Amino acid sequence: MDRGKTETASPADALPVVVEVKNVTREFRDGRGNGVAALDNVSLSVRQGEFVSLIGPSGCGKTSLLRLIAGLDAPQAGEILADGEPVTGTSYERGYVFQQANLFPWETVEENIAFGLKARGVYTEHRADVAEYLVMAGLKGFERAYPHQISGGMAQRAALVRSLINRPRVLLLDEPMGALDSFTRMDLQEKLLELWQSFGTTMILVTHDIDEAVYLSGRVVIMTPRPGRISEIIGIGSPFPRNRGSAVFVELRNRVLKKFHLAGAEPPAEYAI
Amino acid sequence: MKRSSRVLFNSCSIWKLFAVLPYAAALALNILIPPVIEVDELPFRALLAVLTVYFGARCLFSLRGGPRAEAFGRGARFYGAVGVLFMVWDVLSSKTGVLPLPFFPGPAQIMEVIFRERGVHAMNCLYSLRLFAAGFAAGTLCGSVSGILIGWSDRWHYWLFPVMKVAGVIPAIALVPLVLIVMPDTFSTAVTLVALSAWFPVAFTTARGIHSIDRTYFEAARILGANDFYMLRKIAIPGAVPAIFTGISTATGIAFSTLVVSEMIGARGGLGYYINLAMGWMNYASVYAAIVIMAILFISVLTAINGIKNRLLIWQKGLVK
Repeated sequence: MDRGKTETASPADALPVVVEVKNVTREFRDGRGNGVAALDNVSLSVRQGEFVSLIGPSGCGKTSLLRLIAGLDAPQAGEILADGEPVTGTSYERGYVFQQANLFPWETVEENIAFGLKARGVYTEHRADVAEYLVMAGLKGFERAYPHQISGGMAQRAALVRSLINRPRVLLLDEPMGALDSFTRMDLQEKLLELWQSFGTTMILVTHDIDEAVYLSGRVVIMTPRPGRISEIIGIGSPFPRNRGSAVFVELRNRVLKKFHLAGAEPPAEYAI
Repeated sequence: MKRSSRVLFNSCSIWKLFAVLPYAAALALNILIPPVIEVDELPFRALLAVLTVYFGARCLFSLRGGPRAEAFGRGARFYGAVGVLFMVWDVLSSKTGVLPLPFFPGPAQIMEVIFRERGVHAMNCLYSLRLFAAGFAAGTLCGSVSGILIGWSDRWHYWLFPVMKVAGVIPAIALVPLVLIVMPDTFSTAVTLVALSAWFPVAFTTARGIHSIDRTYFEAARILGANDFYMLRKIAIPGAVPAIFTGISTATGIAFSTLVVSEMIGARGGLGYYINLAMGWMNYASVYAAIVIMAILFISVLTAINGIKNRLLIWQKGLVK
């Protein structure tokens, strides 16, 4: 389906909910043993094929929430459902892309991309996919390179397709572009959109970059810290491809920025005007 | 013209000539001064001639410049000093008899022994190498396996780590009485001792290496669908290889000394055995000859291990260009 051209603020209710976060609370102990609520009674549901961004200042629990959805961590209260099933651990159906590309340094680019297939024991059937995904990541010719030999942007593209080769139901992106320079970042944003549109994979992106959230997502979830809560969810109705300079884009961006102030949280310093 | 002469001066300056001249001078002195003792000087002269030609050639080639020429330029003073040492030592021993015999033989006498007994030395090298290969391979294998177990599983860590902590500080040689009882013959005793001395350094660093692997590699692997065993094979073990090699380089030194000592206490061949034998006859030239050969042998072993390491760790940043 041509989701890319017709994406609306509220996704069609007919599509099934892929991830459902129900009244989740997650506390961490600080140095003195006091509980700090990284997430306090947070609820969110994400439908199939949606692109949702979680945005907020550091300490708002956005990464904690993503780790809970991935099954890397468990909540103290509430529950998380993936396709209606409670999340009890990790699954290749919930892919995860880390802030640092996290490619295994002792494997070549090709071996890294094939890792999921081999780990799941389906490599022989899907052998041809590896070359295809290499091309998709624009890494043809770098099959035999080791991660330290390629650039940060290339590594992050490899990490993206390494997750996608498992055909996950949802891809969890933990600031994957946070460590890149702005040109590489825009490049990767385009690549991400392209992959999202061709695979239709549900995407949940954690970011601290308002432009990135507005440019990529159908919904922007604004979170506030101490305790970590969802303060607003803004639907971004404008169709793809979006124009970063258009009046609509700027207006949306300002709307999100304003919500930050209304929510009582300071936006990250780089957005202070 | 001026530029080319400056290049010549810079690239083959005094120091580079200094790397060559002492060897030529030592050779000349050795031929000119007759020895005060009976010694076959041909092997030593051959060595000096070879070194003169070798450093002379390197000096000539360094005129062309490049990284090898620079390396030669840096090393030149040292090479030359070794030549001076040979010359002085030769004059003080065989040529004048200043150094007391039989404890301090000259280089000519040592070279004579090395040359005359080359068959014996070759055999002893093979004995030592065989013992080292068997013991070190066993020790490294046991060390990596136990290190991986300790690093990977909390239960193994709980039971094995304290044992290793205590056993690791005991020099393998101290266990000779015990190992002699348990093992059927002297060769297996020596192999066991070498293996024990390599075991603990390798096990320690391997365990520590696995602990220091970035946790997110395991998370990423798990999310991509890897089970525990797959993560052990594809994350923990390859991630621990650098640490295993750190352990191996610590272990080689300890294993060398264990090797020599265990050869001294009842082997029927090997460089340690030979030293012991030569000492019994007060044949110090042979002792030094064995030490020289030992140094060459051990350096070759270290170089080989380093080669394997570079091959296996090709993925590591900064290790290869």
